[in-house]
Amino acid sequence: MSQADYKEITFLGLWKNNPALVQLLGLCPLLAMSGSVVNSLGMGIATTFVLLTSNIAVSLVRNVVSDAVRLPAFVMIIAAAVTAIQILMQAYTYSLYEILGVFLPLITTNCVILGRADAFASKNGILPSAYDGLMMGIGFTLVMVILGFFRELLGTGVVFADMNLLLGDIADNWEWHVFKDYPQFLYIVLPPGAFIFTGFMIALKNKIDNHFEEIAKAQKAQEPKEDRRVRVTGKIS
Amino acid sequence: MALLNITSPHAHNKNHTAWVMQQVLLATIPGVAALTYFFGAGTLINIIWCVTTALICEWIMLKWRGKPVAFYLKDYSAIVTAVLLAIALPPYCPWWVSLIGIMFAIMIAKHLYGGLGYNPFNPAMVAYVILLISLPVQMTQWAAPLGADGASWIGFKAAFLNNFGFAPIIDAHTMATVLDVMKQNDSLTNNQLFEEYSQFGHFGGLGWEWVNLGFLMGGLYLLSRKIFTWHTPISMLAALALVSLIGYNAGGSDSGGSPFFHLFSGATMLGAFFIATDPVSSAVSRKGRIAFGACIGVLVYIIRVYGNYPDAVAFSVLLMNFAAPFIDHYTQPRTYGYNK
Repeated sequence: MSQADYKEITFLGLWKNNPALVQLLGLCPLLAMSGSVVNSLGMGIATTFVLLTSNIAVSLVRNVVSDAVRLPAFVMIIAAAVTAIQILMQAYTYSLYEILGVFLPLITTNCVILGRADAFASKNGILPSAYDGLMMGIGFTLVMVILGFFRELLGTGVVFADMNLLLGDIADNWEWHVFKDYPQFLYIVLPPGAFIFTGFMIALKNKIDNHFEEIAKAQKAQEPKEDRRVRVTGKIS
Repeated sequence: MALLNITSPHAHNKNHTAWVMQQVLLATIPGVAALTYFFGAGTLINIIWCVTTALICEWIMLKWRGKPVAFYLKDYSAIVTAVLLAIALPPYCPWWVSLIGIMFAIMIAKHLYGGLGYNPFNPAMVAYVILLISLPVQMTQWAAPLGADGASWIGFKAAFLNNFGFAPIIDAHTMATVLDVMKQNDSLTNNQLFEEYSQFGHFGGLGWEWVNLGFLMGGLYLLSRKIFTWHTPISMLAALALVSLIGYNAGGSDSGGSPFFHLFSGATMLGAFFIATDPVSSAVSRKGRIAFGACIGVLVYIIRVYGNYPDAVAFSVLLMNFAAPFIDHYTQPRTYGYNK
């Protein structure tokens, strides 16, 4: 695999084919668990870990497993990875494990992971597969953390609350009260807020894409200068 | 010069939307007057503040979307949304509560869905429900009606200073609304409730009876000007009356309240004539409108008596807005010359 491919994979995972904003996969944890930065980060890291390990394992067995049984086999691999991260989180970040609750085992059914296993890892070598899993996971985590940041900020007026659940004692004093006397804005704390903010993020991403597309188009249009026909049917405003 | 893409029919009454909206505004006057008489000047302050912010939000969104600003600002639709929201809000809620409501109503519920004529939900009710869910403390503090124990009329200055956070009204005490009391009650009969609590009036809530009569008058005026057909409001009120009659149980302690109580308490009349009749978000065919209204009536009773929130008009209308396309699908009128 050449260097350019890795660049492409990075770009696809983080932006162009972002699992949360473009593929719209894994919406269930995205909407339910993005109420605060710590939940988002925990969920994102768990998902990234599962993506990474399952992509590696799927890529390893890709020539052994026959096409007919590939999906059940992949699901078994993913379930094993999920069980591992679940037990790990139970051991090291027990309170976060309690908060994430059923959404941890549900990573098994997260379509991002099965999608990457089937679309990428089962067709590529180990290194690119691992890298793809990592990038997709980071793309998903980034969206979740941004979503969690804004929902926590506008919903409760505090950010980075309870970060010590995930990061240990160093994060004890990270809690940042942005607004004084902020009443809890329940609409944003509850899942409907996640829908609205995800919508805004998708809109913003599309806006940015359109902007760059227009710039590219404008550059292309400027190149051939021999066409001198005057436009007569313009928009009157 | 602004050229608008207008599809057929091209024969039109110039600025018809604006005329309709003006009539609706006119028709809210008796209800608003009753609200002001019983609950003080807070409603008027809210209306002024909401209309101002709504026009600013509308202006921002129209500019942003590249629409002709003056043309759309002159159709009064933003003002109607603002007035309806202001009427629904508690009279003494802080300024930022109404501001958030207006921003949600105009920017998200109206313009993000495509502007006037495209919104699947009634913007004022979307904003009201979002506020009610998000800020239950601020949104459930209704002032005591004039005539109840310890209530006094709150003037313009006091209302203004309170709503904008300069000087909270200390002696203005809030009271559970009658719908709230009726829902919480499980030991007193209806007659005992009316004797025990001073916010109960003759057959509905004190003051609320007059507010609802005011909106009923306004609604009948709109009906006489043919702003909307009778189907939605009448079927909604009839369904509500019928269901509450079934649940009345002769006014015992497990009674849900008499039909009169439900028709003349809370936002019933406002909802029936001003909210459910929204031409954009309600069902279209006549049969469909009857079903639409009747379902709202039934839902209002169910949510009022069994739900978590004291009043239910906003929730019911929004739920039925969801169902409106479905209702329209099954109530398409027969095309002339064809069998069904």
